[in-house]
Amino acid sequence: MDKKKKQKTLLIIFISVAFIYLCRLFYLQIVDDSYFLSAQNNVLQEQTIYPARGLIYDRNGELLVYNDAIYDLSVMPEQIKNLDTLAFCEVLGITKDDFIKKFDKMKKQKGYAPWKPAVFERQITIPTYAAFQEKLYDFQGFFVEVRTDRKYQHNNAAHVMGYIGEVTDRDIEKSEGYYRMGDFIGISGVERTYEKELGGKKGTRYVLVDSKSRSQGRYKNGEFDTAAVAGQNINLSIDYKLQELGELLMLNKTGSIVAIEPQTGEILSLVSSPAYNPNLLIGRDRGNKYMELLRDPMKPLFNRPLSAPYPPGSIFKILMALTGQQEKVLNPATTYGCHHGYMFVGCHPHGSPLPLRPAIAVSCNAYFCQVYRSIVNNPKYPHAEDAYNSFYKHIASFGLGKKLGVDLYGEGNGFLPPATYYDKIYGRYRWQATTTISLGIGQGELGITPIQMANATATVANRGYYITPHIVKKIGGKTNPNPQFNKKNWTTIDTSYFPIVIEGMQDVVERGTAYIARIPGISMAGKTGTAQNPHGKDHSVFFAFAPVDNPKIAIAVVVENAGFGATWAAPIASLMIEQYLTGKHNTRPHLKENMLKGNLNHRNDTAATKTK
Amino acid sequence: MTPQQPKPSSIDWITLLLYFLFITIGLLSVYASVYKETNPHIWDTTQNYGKQLIWIGISVFIGMLILLIDEKFFFAFAYPIYGITIFMLLLVLVAGTTVKGSSSWIEIGGFRMQPAEFAKFGTALAIAKYLSGYNKDFAKKRLDQYISIAIILAPMVIILLQNETGSTLVFFSFVFVLYREGLPGWILFAGFMLAILGVLALLIKPLYIIIGLVVLAGIFLLLVRRTKALIFLTIGVVVVSSFLVGSIDYAFQNILQNHQRTRINVLLGKEVDIKGAGYNVQQSKIAIGSGGFWGKGFLQGTQNKFRFVPEQSTDFIFCTIGEEYGFLGSSIFIILYMVMLWRLLVMAERQRQKFNRIYGYSVVSILFFHFLINVGMTLGLMPVIGIPLPFFSYGGSALLSFTILLFIFIRLDANRVNELKNFD
Ligand SMILES: [Zn+2]
Repeated sequence: MDKKKKQKTLLIIFISVAFIYLCRLFYLQIVDDSYFLSAQNNVLQEQTIYPARGLIYDRNGELLVYNDAIYDLSVMPEQIKNLDTLAFCEVLGITKDDFIKKFDKMKKQKGYAPWKPAVFERQITIPTYAAFQEKLYDFQGFFVEVRTDRKYQHNNAAHVMGYIGEVTDRDIEKSEGYYRMGDFIGISGVERTYEKELGGKKGTRYVLVDSKSRSQGRYKNGEFDTAAVAGQNINLSIDYKLQELGELLMLNKTGSIVAIEPQTGEILSLVSSPAYNPNLLIGRDRGNKYMELLRDPMKPLFNRPLSAPYPPGSIFKILMALTGQQEKVLNPATTYGCHHGYMFVGCHPHGSPLPLRPAIAVSCNAYFCQVYRSIVNNPKYPHAEDAYNSFYKHIASFGLGKKLGVDLYGEGNGFLPPATYYDKIYGRYRWQATTTISLGIGQGELGITPIQMANATATVANRGYYITPHIVKKIGGKTNPNPQFNKKNWTTIDTSYFPIVIEGMQDVVERGTAYIARIPGISMAGKTGTAQNPHGKDHSVFFAFAPVDNPKIAIAVVVENAGFGATWAAPIASLMIEQYLTGKHNTRPHLKENMLKGNLNHRNDTAATKTK
Repeated sequence: MTPQQPKPSSIDWITLLLYFLFITIGLLSVYASVYKETNPHIWDTTQNYGKQLIWIGISVFIGMLILLIDEKFFFAFAYPIYGITIFMLLLVLVAGTTVKGSSSWIEIGGFRMQPAEFAKFGTALAIAKYLSGYNKDFAKKRLDQYISIAIILAPMVIILLQNETGSTLVFFSFVFVLYREGLPGWILFAGFMLAILGVLALLIKPLYIIIGLVVLAGIFLLLVRRTKALIFLTIGVVVVSSFLVGSIDYAFQNILQNHQRTRINVLLGKEVDIKGAGYNVQQSKIAIGSGGFWGKGFLQGTQNKFRFVPEQSTDFIFCTIGEEYGFLGSSIFIILYMVMLWRLLVMAERQRQKFNRIYGYSVVSILFFHFLINVGMTLGLMPVIGIPLPFFSYGGSALLSFTILLFIFIRLDANRVNELKNFD
């Protein structure tokens, strides 16, 4: 009997399920008429609402990037009826072969389905759009979708702002389905770093459409809809006028300018030369123009200030002077003689022997080789390696040898050789100061990017700390959006060692090698450098900050293959500083003119492509 | 001894008739769900319905062959067949083809098969053979219980490794078979309660559940004759359940990742995921709902045509029935399906041989489980788990394996008449 009971139990379970399902069917099909209302062959269709991308302004509210409408020609393949292909091709300006090719290509795309809208031709021109609009009735199944692309108000700061482009399959995968084929995404620069903030959030609307894809109203009164969230506007820390001047001065030269506000770490200007016009990388020609830029032998797409490593040259002498004092092997009164150099490192003629301050002013190579020697051969440490490690720690605390963490894509590490690097070459305990003496004057294996150089300058200006350089000042009207850019990174050098070095740097400008950079009425501390270039003419380097007592701007300028620092880099930096501090740069017209005339690349990048 | 051929009169014609009815409606529904005016021929083998027609031919042919085989064959070869299906499952893990994210397919000479489908009747045969063995007793013997469960678990584990959650879950239907063979009813009940408790733990704050449990236990103790043992047992149950609820909640909040939490919430209906799987459910409800009482008629249900991708002819086939035949047709469908289950249950219970009976119960349980999940899913009552509706859904492996599953039982049942004569 027990067995029969079990059979009955199972039967009861079956029948209960059937009963529940019948009730559910009754509810869906008879009671709830919200489904029946859509009985006229209606289909649920998901529509994406694209948010407006955030605008980009400079630090003073000058508009740099905005949105511009573009028109995509889309098609619902299922609905094409009696298409006059010839007329259609004529309006679009394509051949019948093109038409067939385009259609085949579209069909092969991932997710293609005859009942889903697909883009037939991206970004048709406005005249085509107008012509098409007139005949829309003849081309059933085709329609025009409006989207927005970027447009740049001015033709510069391309490397800062970056550009947007269509998402790749990898982007789609990584976003777990948020991005779809054809969506735009930031590919470099601020557009990339702040994609999340600028991009906003797409919304979705569910509508019921009939079999001809005509909308029949919202599904369930929009219960499932999500609103689009517009992208946030961003204020860069860039000073647009300063940026414009920088690019103008660097025209027909290869190199970088980085200007930083020392107290905040805000990047005021970031010039990479040769530059390119950001308006090239928009619209339907984006791909071709990109390839053109990529093939250009001068590499305009390369972001030099962030990633190009140069031998640091003179900035290293400054750091050496600070480190020597911190390690107590150097004081302002320490004197060294110079007889046209030290070991194999040469030097130019000047008075000898000299104490620290004039040694900085005349940039004596022998002096700093001696300082380096005394740091590494410091008897306080059992081995040269230990002394070097301590030296390494001091130098690294200025942000050298590793990425600073700038909020821009593509930053390079530079290179600061650790002790193990020399161990590998010479063997452990087998090397000492004289083996690596060229480090003392910033040559040798060292590599430093222009932004690291500007940051080290800002650190000296701040007398001992830096704030990680960054490009964004406000997001959505909120100032200081990234807390990590508030932190003071202190160096391992005591503040009391800075003044003597800064006095030396001030001498450089007042009566030393960079006299040409002097601006009447503005106190400036700087240092010229000539970075040895094994591949050709030396690089012209200058870094400076001003005013000395209350620094508002720290700047590093590198002009490749241009020889002495005083020739090109110092005047350019001087004009930039003047522009930023006084709002004008026309007090020394011949200086500006000389800079503009300089064509070191021996080709003509006309100003017309760069400025309006 | 000559092989005993079944007499036509001994075959269960009701079941056979229902089978043919089902595959016919199934084919028409597959046809309707992908029908397009420009391409109306049902024998077009490039379309799903054309392929389904071929598979029906193959299935019916193999079904007829099964009816001609000596019934002792299935008893004798139960283990080898089980072995082969397990081997095929393992083979898939090594040399499987991935189709739509599921790596459960294998290609043999241009034909794609899903061995997980065939593992169902393989397991049914093996469990029937094992439990019908000499001196085997699931109700009383520990060892027999362990081995039976191992027979069921083996294919489940392998199929789970193939990322086929749906097919794995189907093997839970063997619980009904074990219940019939002596698994105490209270375990079935306790398991059911545990599942409910688990779901509740995710839906409501654990504190409320624990308060509810205490109140229920109090009422229970007031109503029954209280012995010391019963009081302790009740308190024990409440304490263990409370602990369980608490730990499930803790694991959910602290151990699971955010996206896993979202998935579970979607399954439970706490969040609606209209993108992805949720879209199909919404569309499915619109399709069924728009059918009304009478339905739109054959081929008139343009609602879901081409719009579900790509499951409209496989897992969501019931939508087509709901839309085109309305409440009337859907009800008839559900009633007919119940008639078949009832018929199979009666057949299973009338078997003299334990092997036949256990196999029969396996067939009923598997068919019921598929119905429960598949139809429930299209009605938005069950989570979206992709398993086919037997005899209706598009898909060669599934149709063939369900046919084999059913026809073996029809063949076993047909022999019952001969047995009776032998005893007389
Ligand atoms: Zn010297």
